[in-house]
Amino acid sequence: MNMLSEGRPTKQEENLTMPTQDAITTHTGNRALMVDEPLIFETGSPDRSGVDLPDAPEVESRLGGLDRKAPIGVPGLSEAEMVRHYTRLSRQNYAIDVGLFPLGSCTMKHNPRLNEKMARLKGFADIHPMQPMESVQGALELIHELAEWLKLLTGMPAVAMSPKAGAHGELCGILAIRSALEARGDAREVILVPESAHGTNPATAAFAGYKVEDIPANSNGRVDLEALKARLGPDVAGVMITNPNTCGLFEPDMKAISDAVHAAGGLVYCDGANFNAIVGKVRPGDLGVDAMHINLHKTFSTPHGGGGPGSGPVVFSEALAPFAPLPIVEKMDNGHFHLIEEETAEEHHSSSFGRMVAFHGQMGMFTRALTYMLSHGADGLKQVSEDAVLNANYILRSLDDILEAPFGKSGPCMHEALFSDKGFTNGLGTLDLAKGMIDEGYHPMTMYFPLVVHGAMLVEPTETESKAAIDQFVGAFRSVAERAKAGDELLKSAPHFAPRHRLDETQAARKPALVWTEPEDFAEAAE
Amino acid sequence: MKEDKMRYLPLTPEDRQSMLATIGAQTVDDLFVDVPEEARLTGPVQGLPMHAGEMAVEAHMKALAKKNHAAGDMPFFLGAGAYRHHVPASVDHIIQRGEFLTAYTPYQPEIAQGTLQTLFEFQTQVARLFGVDVANASMYDGSTACWEAITMARRITKRSKALLSSGLHPHYVSVAKTMAKFTKDTLVYDAPQLDAATDGQRLLDQIDSDTSCIVVQYPDILGRIDNMAALAEKAKAHKALLIAVVTEPVALGAIMSPGEMGADIVVGEGQSLGVGLQFGGPYVGLFGCKEKYVRQMPGRLCGETVDAEGKRGFVLTLSTREQHIRREKATSNICTNSGLCALAFTAHMTLLGEKGLRQLATLNHKKAVQAAGRLSAISGVKLLNDSFFNEFTLVLDKDARPIVRALADQRILAGVSLGRLYPEEESLAHGLIVAVTETVSDEDVEALAVALEGALA
Repeated sequence: MNMLSEGRPTKQEENLTMPTQDAITTHTGNRALMVDEPLIFETGSPDRSGVDLPDAPEVESRLGGLDRKAPIGVPGLSEAEMVRHYTRLSRQNYAIDVGLFPLGSCTMKHNPRLNEKMARLKGFADIHPMQPMESVQGALELIHELAEWLKLLTGMPAVAMSPKAGAHGELCGILAIRSALEARGDAREVILVPESAHGTNPATAAFAGYKVEDIPANSNGRVDLEALKARLGPDVAGVMITNPNTCGLFEPDMKAISDAVHAAGGLVYCDGANFNAIVGKVRPGDLGVDAMHINLHKTFSTPHGGGGPGSGPVVFSEALAPFAPLPIVEKMDNGHFHLIEEETAEEHHSSSFGRMVAFHGQMGMFTRALTYMLSHGADGLKQVSEDAVLNANYILRSLDDILEAPFGKSGPCMHEALFSDKGFTNGLGTLDLAKGMIDEGYHPMTMYFPLVVHGAMLVEPTETESKAAIDQFVGAFRSVAERAKAGDELLKSAPHFAPRHRLDETQAARKPALVWTEPEDFAEAAE
Repeated sequence: MKEDKMRYLPLTPEDRQSMLATIGAQTVDDLFVDVPEEARLTGPVQGLPMHAGEMAVEAHMKALAKKNHAAGDMPFFLGAGAYRHHVPASVDHIIQRGEFLTAYTPYQPEIAQGTLQTLFEFQTQVARLFGVDVANASMYDGSTACWEAITMARRITKRSKALLSSGLHPHYVSVAKTMAKFTKDTLVYDAPQLDAATDGQRLLDQIDSDTSCIVVQYPDILGRIDNMAALAEKAKAHKALLIAVVTEPVALGAIMSPGEMGADIVVGEGQSLGVGLQFGGPYVGLFGCKEKYVRQMPGRLCGETVDAEGKRGFVLTLSTREQHIRREKATSNICTNSGLCALAFTAHMTLLGEKGLRQLATLNHKKAVQAAGRLSAISGVKLLNDSFFNEFTLVLDKDARPIVRALADQRILAGVSLGRLYPEEESLAHGLIVAVTETVSDEDVEALAVALEGALA
């Protein structure tokens, strides 16, 4: 084919020598698609705006003489600049949409876009929480329907929908436990928490006024049942147990633990952060659990959004159901849905411990989670946990020849595989391996958690990764692990190819700069 | 189920077999050996439907959505802590970018500068809007931010008596009361009265040397605006803190910030900018304070630093306050906050800029003034407020709650009745809170006026 090249070379020059990356500098400091983006305070200005609004009617203002006269100091951008600002920044983020995100205990699965579309239906997105109930029957029905799913999937008779996130759900569960104990005139002081627990557990128990005591783990990474039984007594309000636990293992004695706690007059809180391993396969209600929060943003695929919003409904046993917080959606005999608030609580839920949030919870997350559940169905959800566990075990067995798997010998893991940094040389540790994985194009696994394993690495692939994607990931992980064991010096300064090198966290904490301030020379020039 | 039909699960039956072989297991059930057999379900959970395609799920969800009166489809005047503002198209586009939407909390800062820089910008915008030195990276919502502020004041002052203004949103009061039952904090609170004046004077009289904080909403639940400088001064004299609560941040484009009047901690609900109504959540809690209290502030914080090459970058910082380090000694148990809603807030604020924010605030206020004039001219309707921003309280000569319900049946969403918010307070039953934002047209106001005239006739 004869192409008009107009002087444009159509062929690579031969015998080109490629210089090393370090030898090349650019005028801007940018590198092609890797572009630094200034702060809006450096590029925007207070009199620029990307919105145009109609003129205000000419009437006297009634602000009580409190008009804001001093400059506010928030700059604006035009729409084109604004879109570019955030688009450029977005490209400095790793995300599930970019690649496999094996962050243990965080369940970074694919977020289906149908969920987003459904959450934006005006009948869900554009309704006010205080509209008359007759005008929001569909919204109340949706909350009720989601509640039914959660109750059936967990085998528990009641659920509180309003908690805003996992830790908020924990608090909800612990407050219900305290309310139930106080209601029977048996206030107790201590909550037992396994030493491998997520940090939110002890923080939550303390917030609710409890003293926190550790339960030791046995050599298999499970709760030491005998040690737990020995500690139970009339001062113990209950236990907070994560199951599957933070080592990625199922607690086989869960039912025995529950029975022992109940026999001693206590109650059982189960942290449901790892529900993805058992959803559709095991019902916590069958294991004697009294309360468990469910992270809709983990198991049920609502997006993490760079740190929330989450949603943490809490399922309850019969013992705790009467103490559930307000509001509660109920289906009336006439088929209508009613929101039980403070007003009607007296007759329906007189033992409720009260309200945890303004309004009714994370509706936007409810629509997404229900969409996800309907898509999967009971059969699909069972497949979810089976594939999640299969993927994790495949990783465990593909890497346990090169990395130490502290509990690998005791049998299969659940939805996440745990490794340690044993055998790394030249002072290299888990952090260095993690940063090496960044250069390979991956978000690292969870590091240094759980605390019970030295240099812990917790890998959770989730069920939405294909075998090919996992094989590729395993290849990269193996390569970086080999480098760590061989003491590769270059890992100490990794990542080399990310938008930033390692950041100085000590400086950030010593002299916290939490807001932008005009540089001094800039301020002087303005004088 | 035909396993290969579930569209979000990429493993094929062949993949599963080959992976099981690598693991050395016969069936996937072998991987669940730790689960006692009696606790393992053999088939799908009973009572739930099987998997469904996109079209079927969409049909189900749309049928539910259709049963609701969407605010945009009719004259709409509800506020009381959640406001309907126009969200520019570009804001929703930005928050749907997968790199923001599907990112995690920025624990690996080298590959999370996008989230971190926007949080740093968010913190700066919130601090400036509130007139305080610093702000955090967001809380769950306004009500939980308010309670966290009360506990922060307790930690700082080592006192546990909080005075709550009667103008504080009743749900915020309810949340604080629930929590205080467990923490043994003392809360002093009375429901509001239908009076043009706030209870500022009562609060002034109540401040004493046991007081940890005074919590004042600005503008308050009835829409009233009051200068809190005298409260700040008396609080300071008694070593107590003044906490201001802002449920409508757009107001701060028109009225003085709480920080300028001396508030020590300012918290709020950021839903007005970028987030939308969403039936009450997710929203975004705003939290700012004076610099000297920063180490007692709850929640995530983003700070500036440099990388190994000396380039500016951002990280999560002061995590020694947080639960994953401090465990039972943490300032709060909060882990996930409201990152994506914070992004929506900051993107909307960036699009507005100071000029746009001030224009938006003026437009809201003047439309509200105009509407208040029209509505209070109706026989049987009185305007309670002397001052207000975009929300005011009408006192009807009948119970407001049945009227609100009747008007909803006529497809007019008239406002929030005080009977809904304060079911126990019969003296408030005639009150109706009406919010007028830039989304309300003159025709909407006229429709409400005519319907109210009909209902009161």
